[in-house]
Amino acid sequence: MTDAIPVDPGFTPLAGAWWIVLLWLVLAFAGLIFQRRPHLITHLIIPLGALGALGMALIGAAGLVEPVSRFVLPIGLPDLPFHLRLDALSAFFLILLGGAAFGVTLYASGYLRHMERGALALLSLWYHLFLAGMVMVMLADDAYAFMVAWELMALSSYFLVTTDHDIPDIRRAGFLYLLIAHVGAVSLLLCFGVLQGGGQIESYSFDAIRAAEPAPFWSSVAFLLALFGFGAKAGLVPLHVWLPEAHPAAPSPVSALMSGVMLKTAIYGLLRVSFDLLGTQASWWGILVLGLGLITAVYGVIFAAVQSDMKRLLAWSSIENIGVILVGIGLAMIFHTDGKGGLAALALTATLYHAINHAFFKGLLFIGTGAVLHATGTRLMGELGGVMRFMPWTAWLTLIGALAIAGLPPLNGFVSEWLLLQAFLLSPGLSQPYLNMVIPVAAASIALAAALAAYVMVKFFGVVFLGQPRDPNLKNAHEVCWPQRLGMIWLALGCILLGLMPAQVIGWIAPVVQQLIGQTLHNDGGWLMLAPVDANRASYAPLIFFLVVLAVLLLTFLAVRKLYHGRIRRSDPWDCGYPEQDARMQDSAEGFGQPIRQIFESFMRVERETPDPFDRHPKYRGDSRDNIWLLCYAPIARLAAWLSDQTGRLQHGRIQWYLVYSFATLIFLLVFTR
Amino acid sequence: MTLPIHLQIVNLLAALLLLISFAMLSQRRIIGLVTLFAWQGLALAVSTALVGWATGQHHLYYSAGITLILKVIVMPWIFYALVKKLDVDRDVEPMINIPTTMLIGIALVIFAFNLALPISQLAGTVTRSTLGIAMACVLLAFLMMITRSKAIPQVIGFLAMENGLFFAATSATYGMPLVVELGVALDVLVGVFVLGIFFFQIRETFDSLDLKHMEKLRER
Repeated sequence: MTDAIPVDPGFTPLAGAWWIVLLWLVLAFAGLIFQRRPHLITHLIIPLGALGALGMALIGAAGLVEPVSRFVLPIGLPDLPFHLRLDALSAFFLILLGGAAFGVTLYASGYLRHMERGALALLSLWYHLFLAGMVMVMLADDAYAFMVAWELMALSSYFLVTTDHDIPDIRRAGFLYLLIAHVGAVSLLLCFGVLQGGGQIESYSFDAIRAAEPAPFWSSVAFLLALFGFGAKAGLVPLHVWLPEAHPAAPSPVSALMSGVMLKTAIYGLLRVSFDLLGTQASWWGILVLGLGLITAVYGVIFAAVQSDMKRLLAWSSIENIGVILVGIGLAMIFHTDGKGGLAALALTATLYHAINHAFFKGLLFIGTGAVLHATGTRLMGELGGVMRFMPWTAWLTLIGALAIAGLPPLNGFVSEWLLLQAFLLSPGLSQPYLNMVIPVAAASIALAAALAAYVMVKFFGVVFLGQPRDPNLKNAHEVCWPQRLGMIWLALGCILLGLMPAQVIGWIAPVVQQLIGQTLHNDGGWLMLAPVDANRASYAPLIFFLVVLAVLLLTFLAVRKLYHGRIRRSDPWDCGYPEQDARMQDSAEGFGQPIRQIFESFMRVERETPDPFDRHPKYRGDSRDNIWLLCYAPIARLAAWLSDQTGRLQHGRIQWYLVYSFATLIFLLVFTR
Repeated sequence: MTLPIHLQIVNLLAALLLLISFAMLSQRRIIGLVTLFAWQGLALAVSTALVGWATGQHHLYYSAGITLILKVIVMPWIFYALVKKLDVDRDVEPMINIPTTMLIGIALVIFAFNLALPISQLAGTVTRSTLGIAMACVLLAFLMMITRSKAIPQVIGFLAMENGLFFAATSATYGMPLVVELGVALDVLVGVFVLGIFFFQIRETFDSLDLKHMEKLRER
């Protein structure tokens, strides 16, 4: 048992992280104290929280290069203090959290200005507790502290999701989220119990668990429990059902944080348990994770393509991205157990790269959506359109996020997906022949998911921002205020820089990869070029690419201007077949997703509402329901309802019958104890 | 082997207790029930005092005194007043008819004796043979609570159960420590007061003391 006095070797990054957590806790309760002064909350408290997030990112950056630091907090149960530890893996995820949370929180300080007072104070409370909880998850160095932080994170995010709790659908979404979060938490608790060997190891500290060598069977059990528990939080199919419900229900900055950062805590946990705590891995783990990741990625993107609610679309897209990240983890595990350290490093680098990319672009897209939602009052894409004209800042910044998530160079999404595909392409040479045959199929599925993700983003951006307004009221939409713009600019800048400087980013990721698999990705291309493993094989130089793109754009622009413009152009009376065009003639969200719905109809259950031919204002509605919900969850829900109905029969209000129950129990016990 | 005369009287009183329990099961009128309850209390007080005299356990005198005052005088008096005030002294229709109840009661007594046999062999008291009767009293009182649908008989059943427990304590271990007994006595008294207030509330709400009206209170 370690001494309960904090060890203090000067000012370590870990101590800094702890101070920022304390700052967030203070801010959380300060919001409650000053709840009658909403200006103070939006203009001071939340921006201070944002600064804290920025500090957290810097601390993460310091933590990557500094040696591992430890800290024992004298809080917790008697004799069971919290152990904290900052190593490269935690530091990397702190950068992810701090970087994304800074932009989102800055945005929140503008976005929340119109909120009602009491709700604002509560939101500020849970928001800061949520941030603190996530940081504590990443810093925890014993199972007990980890679970406490995990629960803090789950509960505070539950209260954030149910901010508008007067709407029944939101309460329902919150309940579903809470339920699945807790099923996952129970699984994690069991996982730590197994890791601790049911009492064989003296303490729950990660050091002790790391040192122990569990039997292969038990280590597989622990891994499966961890995969289930973290999968429930990450949105692994079939545990994803809460995601498309909870993300749209939450206020936009919260959705951005949940999707961008909270899902990553699950990735962090999975990496921590499977690579760090569980030492040796069985060879089938990687295959399982790879398979589940593939299913998640493809399933997520197909459903994203058929959504007509902006935030729901983004939530499904988060599921897809989590799938891609899990594919990377699975691939890294396969290579790792196969003894191919270099390839494992490549896959793991791609995974971590994609994790931080997703935090930035998904955060950006969610807050951009929030801006549109706030300005227009609707999330349904069928009521939007042409918003770019009224909200140019939001539209251009969101465009950057959309291009990034679609995987277009020179933005960041391209780099990580390219790295992942490189890992796939380099995989022949695995010692298992069957795997060698299956992996190209997996690579093809990832390529399919990436292509469909681009399709989804064309739909998202095109239907919401381009074309003509589908509703006359959209003309009243107003641009967002400056803090909101700054938040979006920060995240967009992140997307661009992460895309333009991959060699540097890989340098940051290297200590993490070194820590997890004892080898780093060798970049053959110098600071300008990214060339994993071998420069002759494949390389990518984003800066040059970017400059070429810019140059071509400029030349085209000039050429068009010089050669084409200035000449008289008269239009025909028939106007290319579009003499008059109104908003209803545009492709709608449902229409755009229709091919996907046709092709993948077996995955979903489609509910259509087709209008009457004589309807003056026809409305079409096509709703695609998740088959997994209907096949897996609905029967469980019905069974639970039936069981509680049966139990409810015991209660019929007659005192005599209640007395009979206790009488029968008494007699039974008397007979039993004789 | 013949027992000394005072223990024989204790056994007789125990038999009386059992008899009164059966009488309570079969009694339809509330006033009659209250009277029987008072008699049961008296038998209990006398037997407690006798056990105390026979074994030299003087604290049992206090128990007997408390029993006499509370269960023979105060509580019956409260019940008489309640019945008069609430005007509920009509025939009580039990849920199960009385002969069947008596048959179930006999089965319970046999069960209680069976149950008490090993315990009374373990107990070192002179009154151990009455343990079975005490347990039978508890079970019979419970049975009465189940079969009656009006509020006052239920409370009386509850108090009769307490009587049985008290008797069981006396016969197995010469009574509980005095502090416990005082506490129990006070609880019972307070309970009767609270329940008395409830009677008024129940009647105000449902216009009757019949508990089947409380079924309306359940969910759905």
